[in-house]
Order: sequence, then C-alpha cells, then structure tokens
Amino acid sequence: MGATLLVTIQVDMLDQTALALQDDLAERIAKTGASGVMIDISALEIVDSFVGRMLASISGIARILSATTVVVGMQPAVAITLVELGLSLEGVKTALNVERGLEVLRRAREESGLVG
Amino acid sequence: MNNLTTYILDALQAPHSAVLIQDWIAEARTSNPDLAKSATADATEVVAAFGASLQAGADAGSFRDPRWLPLQQVLSALSRSRAAQGQTAGDTSVFVLALKKPLLDGLQTWAAGGDSAQLMAAFWGLTKLVDSMAQFTATTFQHAREEIINRQQEELLELSTPVVKLWDGVLAVPMIGTLDSNRTQIVMETLLQKIVETGSELAIIDITGVPTVDTLVAQHLLKTVTAIRLMGADCIISGIRPQIAQTIVHLGIDLQGITTKASLADALSLALQRTGWRVTRQA
Repeated sequence: MGATLLVTIQVDMLDQTALALQDDLAERIAKTGASGVMIDISALEIVDSFVGRMLASISGIARILSATTVVVGMQPAVAITLVELGLSLEGVKTALNVERGLEVLRRAREESGLVG
Repeated sequence: MNNLTTYILDALQAPHSAVLIQDWIAEARTSNPDLAKSATADATEVVAAFGASLQAGADAGSFRDPRWLPLQQVLSALSRSRAAQGQTAGDTSVFVLALKKPLLDGLQTWAAGGDSAQLMAAFWGLTKLVDSMAQFTATTFQHAREEIINRQQEELLELSTPVVKLWDGVLAVPMIGTLDSNRTQIVMETLLQKIVETGSELAIIDITGVPTVDTLVAQHLLKTVTAIRLMGADCIISGIRPQIAQTIVHLGIDLQGITTKASLADALSLALQRTGWRVTRQA
C-alpha cells in the first residue's frame, strides 16, 4: 500500500498502445494499491492532442482509484505544442524531473492522510 | 550598335580614359559637392571593368547579357560600400549617371559629320546602357541595405530576450520593448530550455520595459506561463506599472491565478520564500 508506479514512455505512442496503457495502469493501481503514479515523458519529443487527452484521462482514472498522478520531464517543445493546441492538462500535476515528482507525490500522500 | 561599341571602347581606353574619368568626377561633383574621396578610385575601377566587358564581347544593347558580369560585380561592390558608408541610393545612382555627360560629349565629337540618324541611335543606345548601369547599382544598394536591416533586426531580437539566473532555481527574463508573437515564441523557447537545463522551478518575467499591455500581449504572456506550468515550474510576473494594472482591469483580462508583483525586488523576495530561503541582515 502506498507504492508508486513508474511509467516511462519512450516511443511515440500509437493510439492502441495508449489505450492499452490506460487499461494496464488501471489494473496495476487497483492490484498494488498504489497511491502514486509517475509518468516520465522526458523521451517524448512530439505530442499530439491524443497524447494530451491520454495523460489527462490516466490522471482522472488514477484519481478515482485514489492515486495521484504526476507527469515529469516534459520537454520544452512538447509544452509549447500542448499550449498551442490549447491543452492545459487540467488536473494533471507536473514536475521538472523524477526527484521533484517524488516530492510532489510524497506531499500528496501526506495531505490525503494515508497511513504508511 | 557596332559603331557604338567601337566608340565606347575607344573612349574607355588610355589615353582617353584618364580624361574621361576626370570629366566624370567633375560632372558628379556638380550634383554632389561632397563627393567621396574614393570616387576617383571607384571611377577608375568602373571604367576598367566597363572596357573589359566590352572587349569580351558584351552586348552594348542589353545589360542583361551575362558577359557584363565583370562590370556588374564592380558596380555591386561600389553599391555595397556606399551603403555601408550610409550614403543614399540617390547619391550612388547619380554618381553612375554622371558618366553619361562625358561619354555623350565625346560621342558628338567622334561622330561629327556623320549620319544624324546613326548619331541618334548611338546616343539612345549609350543613354540606355548607362541608365541600366545606374539602375543595377540602385537595386543592389537596396538589397545591401535590406540585408543590413535584417541582420540588425535579428541581433536586436537576440539581445533583447536574455534569460538570467537570479538565484538557485530562480530564473528571470527582463523584457524590453513590445511583445509580439515573434518575440513571445523566442522568449518561450529560450526560457523553457533554460528551465530544463538548470532545473529551475521559478521563472520571473519582468515587464517593466514593456510599454503597453493589451489583450494580445496578455494572451502571449498567458501562453508562456501555461507552458511553464505544464512543465512543472511556476512563473511570477513583475514590473507591472500602475497604468498597466488599470488597463488589465479595464479590459477584463483574466490572469488565471498568476502571481503578479509591482517590482522585481518583490518578485525575488517571494521567489526566495517559495524556494525555502530566508534572508537575514547581519546586525
């Protein structure tokens, strides 16, 4: 209980892969009782609105399962593209790197009052 | 045209060329008393290239003939150096046009007693040729100035958006001048890149040097801040002048929860606080 799941996205994702990822992640969160999900996108150089929506839905799914999601390592080009696309990723926490991301997750866990 | 070519070749060669150049400079001086000291050297070069091109068989009836290249190159160089010296396009083309008078005077003497129709044809041909040369010079001048302006614009753009490190984890961008989409793009890219490189969590955008903020400028600022937040850092906008604060309220611009401070000092103080620093004065 209280574990953190780390997802590293390394290749530009196809739609099916993204959907499979969502399924997989939901299962894992439920099974391990994880309280935090960290998605590392530092290797992602191109994004489209699909990836943006996918990040938002993963975050939503995780929240319902009572886990916090933080996206780390967003590259400048990706941030600019998301802004130009008008996607502000509401409800998705972000951090500059894994270290800071763990900080965010730790604080979120404390605030939610989870034991352990 | 053969006659014309023959005449010009004759006029351009020594010993006639020395007199030609003198007369040219004299004529140029009547329209421009402050003629550059380098003018005589320039004129000599032009005369040499003119003769060389004709010798190589350049068509005196068309300046577009590729064999005029040597002369065109000399005229281009003349144009560029005059542009760099800050002279006007008018001065430079007037200089080239001044070559007409001595050449036409010589033509009259040379063709004396000949057919008047032929004289007219030669006269017209010479006029057209020198006009083309002046036109070419003016066009090159234009291009040279535009190049200088473009290069200066680029340098200005680069110089005016520096990203500086204010403290560990705190970056600052002092913006000077109007904020348009071009500059916003550059600021965004530079700032975001620096954030990743330095791992800074806070960026302070200081707009003391931005004269006006309208809805468009505000949009650009908001875009930049959104991008910064997406990456996991945050942003403070400082240097908000009272008039700008009023404009923002009157226009109903929603700053979407961005912290704003009147001065860079206040912003720095807040930034230090947020990153866990406390500043104490030594008694």
